[in-house]
Amino acid sequence: MTDTIKTDVLVVGAGPIGLFAVFELGLLDMKCHLIDILDRPGGQCAELYPEKPIYDIPGWPTISAQGLVDKLMEQIHPFKPDFTFNRMVSSLEKLEDGTFRVATDEGEMFEAKVVVIAAGGGSFQPKRPPIPGIEAYEGKSVFYSVRRMEDFRGHDLVIVGGGDSALDWTLNLQPIAKSVTLVHRRPEFRAAPDSVNKMYAMQEMKHLQFLVGQVSGLAGADGQLASATIKGGPDGDVEVPCTRMLPFFGLTMKLGPIAEWGLNLHENLIPVDTEKFQTSIPGIFAVGDINWYPGKLKLILSGFHEVALMAQAAKRIVSPGERIVFQYTTSSTSLQKKLGVHD
Amino acid sequence: MTKLTYIAHDGTRFDVEAENGSTVMENAIRNAVPGIEAECGGACACATCHVYVDEAWTAEVGEPEAMEEDMLDFAYEVQPNSRLSCQIKVRDALDGLVVRVPERQG
Repeated sequence: MTDTIKTDVLVVGAGPIGLFAVFELGLLDMKCHLIDILDRPGGQCAELYPEKPIYDIPGWPTISAQGLVDKLMEQIHPFKPDFTFNRMVSSLEKLEDGTFRVATDEGEMFEAKVVVIAAGGGSFQPKRPPIPGIEAYEGKSVFYSVRRMEDFRGHDLVIVGGGDSALDWTLNLQPIAKSVTLVHRRPEFRAAPDSVNKMYAMQEMKHLQFLVGQVSGLAGADGQLASATIKGGPDGDVEVPCTRMLPFFGLTMKLGPIAEWGLNLHENLIPVDTEKFQTSIPGIFAVGDINWYPGKLKLILSGFHEVALMAQAAKRIVSPGERIVFQYTTSSTSLQKKLGVHD
Repeated sequence: MTKLTYIAHDGTRFDVEAENGSTVMENAIRNAVPGIEAECGGACACATCHVYVDEAWTAEVGEPEAMEEDMLDFAYEVQPNSRLSCQIKVRDALDGLVVRVPERQG
């Protein structure tokens, strides 16, 4: 069990709005810790469309999504935010003194006076493939990631998908699995050519089988898979032994455990006021694509505005009674000092 | 303006007038065609605007490019006439195009 990490503001989500929140909170002397389910900052910008241009960031006629993330990281650098990646927030409780205690899915504990939800479309989670009845096997025979390779030793393994994850695990688990069947809807892959060549070479040597098609059915009992049916291939329906399955169908976004925090929700979005961007629970704010208010536009530039106002309200919670002096970064020597500007 | 027809999974027809240069996805969203989610907003990054192009139109609409074909791996019940509607641009030659919305998106 790790020690509880204490911070002024816990930011859930390290997309562009979560990152810029660090800047606005930092100007008001609040220290931030960000949690994100991805393995790097940037959220959708980094995960979904890093190379796509964005045309409506004020002052940037065009900037790539990853370029914007890089610039934001540079901009918030003076505030030295802490990051915890590859984690999803799970539970939240409010302590007697008003502090929020937040846990992650891996058991880390955080305590913060303010929680800012900047979770965009929700957390990226593995997509469930459209296989009837798959839910019953999840966590017992069907897994969406490999935590321990040993869990697959001696099993009849079916891997579904055509990207690097599918290919890499096909190659890495083949030596310890009893059998490996790779299923993909077409013979072309979106994976490193070297991995694809290796896979075809192993198929030649009969170390694994590759089937073109889609998984149409599962058979088993009590969560324990026994076989899978593959359709759409040249040989019609094929049944293969299958006691473990690893589907790799990309990621989708889900609100996840935040939905259980007791916040009012509006169609999976979090309603906020437009003065503080505070949720129905005082001290918890929601900014960016995840919030909702009349007239809401899901634009990065709207999120930037939201965090500036949110920071003012957060300051009153983090440092009650302290007078907030409104200042411009252009002229304020104290703000410039925080930003590390040299004269 | 170019006429497009969407057939929702329950059989409801949506006849819309689309501007050339816009995408089939954008017109579906604008006209609230049910079943087109377009989670990523048209970046060819999510496969939630999947449609089936009517057989009479597959040749004119054409084949998906490699990037779209990759994304289609994540779609539900992919068929030879599957396309991501964000990657089909409306043009004169598509006047009368019919696309069907699948049972679900992924």
